[in-house]
This record gives sequence, C-alpha cells and structure tokens, in this order.
Amino acid sequence: MSLDVNTIFQIAGIGIIVAMIQTVLKQMGKDDWAQWVTLIGFIVILYMAATLIDDLFEKIRQVFLYM
Amino acid sequence: MDILQIVGLGLAVTFLALILKEKNQAFALIVSLVAGVFILLMMVDQIRLVMDMLNNMAQNAHLNNVYVATILKIIGIAYISEFGAQIAKDAGQNSIAGKIELAGKLIILVMAIPILTAIVDTVMHLMPQMGGG
Repeated sequence: MSLDVNTIFQIAGIGIIVAMIQTVLKQMGKDDWAQWVTLIGFIVILYMAATLIDDLFEKIRQVFLYM
Repeated sequence: MDILQIVGLGLAVTFLALILKEKNQAFALIVSLVAGVFILLMMVDQIRLVMDMLNNMAQNAHLNNVYVATILKIIGIAYISEFGAQIAKDAGQNSIAGKIELAGKLIILVMAIPILTAIVDTVMHLMPQMGGG
C-alpha cells in the first residue's frame, strides 16, 4: 500500500513540472508548444488516474457483488 | 495505525492540491481524486469484513439470499455514487453531481422492486378477505 501512495506524489510532481515548462515556454514566446505540453501531461495523468479508478471499481465489485 | 496513515496522506494531498491549484486547476482536481481513490482502496478491506459478517448473520438466520445480495448491492451503489458526486462537486460541476446522485437513487429504487413486491405480496397474503372490499 505504501508503494502505491507514490503515485499521488508522482502526479503532483508531473503537475508542478508541467506548469514550470509551460511558464518557460510562454516566456520564450512559444504558446502553442506550451499548450501541447499541458495537454500531454494531462493525458498521462488522466491515464494513471483511470488505472487507479479501474482498480477501485474492480475491488468494490468484488466486495459488494460477489454472491 | 491505518488512521494515522490516512490523515497524514489527506493533509499532504490537501497542501499539494492547494499549491497546484494556482498553477493548474485540472491537475489539482486529479490529485485530490486519486487521493480519494486511495483512501477508499484502503477502506475496502475493512468494508469487506463488515460485509462478510452481515452475510454470515443472514445465513445463520436463514434469510433469503436474494434479499441480502440486493441490500449489499444497494450499499455499494450508494458508496460509489456518493464518491462520484463529491468529485464532480469538487470540480464545481454541481449539476453533474446532482445527476449522479439522481441516477444512484433511481437505480437503488429499481433494485428494491423485488423487495417491495415481496412485502406487498406478504401483506396481501396475510389478509385474503380484504381483497373484495
């Protein structure tokens, strides 16, 4: 369980790094690249969250519908 | 010691989400969603113990298995729809949260139909003379 908790901090770290990259790219004047970076970071994070939610739903299905 | 872990995790995630909110709203929301999923995952094992106890009690009392299964399902639906509705509320989408709750209530009502029918049948069986008015 403690191994899994790393995922939360991973996600938060990705968020902070993406925000930093976005700021730098915007200051360099490359607004479209900044948007792409945000979008891809968001997709990666969404994938991680979706995997976890699938895990949770599977477990709840086992607990409540196992008869 | 589970509760200390959960409270610590909750506080850490709260502050992380607070920092992330200034940079990017959606990321903060996903961090809080994942934290909620983790806390629920930790609690699922405890819920399983309670469910097993309920199940054993029902079998000892020779209850009809269908009714117990329906009640367990209803409890699960209530947990899940509450979880989804609160995530949606966190994101500021109050109307979506309301729809999720409505769907949960409706599905619970539909699942309770066999139980309601059984109750009405039992009551009608108890007083056969009242049928003709």
